Amino acid sequence: MYGGGYIFDEPNKKQLREEEQHDEPEKLAAFEERIAKGEKIEPGDWMPAEYRRQLIRLIEQHAHSEIIGALPEGTWITRAPGFKRKLALIAKVQDEIGHGQLLYNAAETLGKSREAMINDLLSGKSKYSNVFNYPAETWADVAVIGFLIDAAAIVNQVANAKGSYGPYCRALERICYEESFHLKQGHDAFIELATGTPAQRDMLQDALNRWWQPIMHFFGPPDKVSSHSEKLMQWKVKMASNDDMRNQFLDAYVPKVWELGLTLPDPALRKNEATGRWEYTDPDWDEFFRVINGGGPCNAERLQVRKWAEEHGRWVRKALMRPAERKTFPAA
Amino acid sequence: MSNESLDPRVNRLKLGEAGEIVKVEEGENWNIYEVFHQEKRGAHHEHVGCVHAPDPQLALVFAKEQFGRRKKCVNLWVVKSADILAFDVEDEDMFANNLEKTYRDASGFKVMEKINKFKQSK
Repeated sequence: MYGGGYIFDEPNKKQLREEEQHDEPEKLAAFEERIAKGEKIEPGDWMPAEYRRQLIRLIEQHAHSEIIGALPEGTWITRAPGFKRKLALIAKVQDEIGHGQLLYNAAETLGKSREAMINDLLSGKSKYSNVFNYPAETWADVAVIGFLIDAAAIVNQVANAKGSYGPYCRALERICYEESFHLKQGHDAFIELATGTPAQRDMLQDALNRWWQPIMHFFGPPDKVSSHSEKLMQWKVKMASNDDMRNQFLDAYVPKVWELGLTLPDPALRKNEATGRWEYTDPDWDEFFRVINGGGPCNAERLQVRKWAEEHGRWVRKALMRPAERKTFPAA
Repeated sequence: MSNESLDPRVNRLKLGEAGEIVKVEEGENWNIYEVFHQEKRGAHHEHVGCVHAPDPQLALVFAKEQFGRRKKCVNLWVVKSADILAFDVEDEDMFANNLEKTYRDASGFKVMEKINKFKQSK
């Protein structure tokens, strides 16, 4: 799943630093020319410090989102309705953890160790996609997550797979391939409820109503308030603006919800045929920032579960340790 | 935190027991191995990514889980990342070809022209 479209700022809100962009003008020019030509940047290549910093931030948050994103769904494995749904959910959750590892490795090629990333997650310094700070209350929530949130993540990941950093693109290529099954099984579970009994439809409608705002939050704040996108887009770190990705998502998936006779809790939601853009009520962005900063219903539980896992897995890692091994970084 | 999770298993874990601060030591996630997979017998092994593992045997086990569980795969190699020797990317220009290299390309040898010319002269 689960690269949120939005790269969260670090707590100190460091902006792109002008001096770093100009420290080695010749190398910077050659670097930007390579990116403009569509070439990929590889780990050993020269890159501006700010490019490295922003990529680590992006890929690391993406990795954390995969790992934390497995928790709300993992909760439902024991209660999945039927053997096939249970098998599919186990497979999906395993894939998400695998994606986390692929992404941690891609970030490690930039020089930040996996341990450092995990520590930053546990301490709350680095963020993950905001949608996972909400609970999956019923099985219909799992269907909505598997269908619509995976769909939103795919919009983002397909865009990012065309970015400039080789290891991230290669990881995303594999991830996107695996996501196609996630989306399909989510859609299938969604359709099953939508075409089922009145009670099943009610349960699905209730889940949609609760998840709509987090889904609208998924791609991040509107372009008019989102800062420092221009350089990141020139460097092909960010491949599309938040609003463009949100529009692409609405265009593809709102009709798929409406065609089932379900509703979305926004009376203003409609496509403006003249502009081709979707119009909607702005979701509550204060709520978005409140939840990012720890105020959501599940922030504490998610991190506590991660801490529990690290703490209780430590003896296994230690028992297998070969002290003579020298720690290295991935080659590509 | 209070035990108010919707997940009964989470409620059974005594969360918070580990304390607020949990720190993973540098190197605790072991070492990094590069993974090469073979899609079918007779094909090359291709680099697909990395795994963290304490030794090569476990690296193979993790690689099978990570890279062999979805797409077709018949074999895997692992090698410690540190053992990969590669040229410096700055030296990329050493691979630049001479413009004139037809002497080592199959297309640089036009035998048919000579054969046809010979046949026509008969």
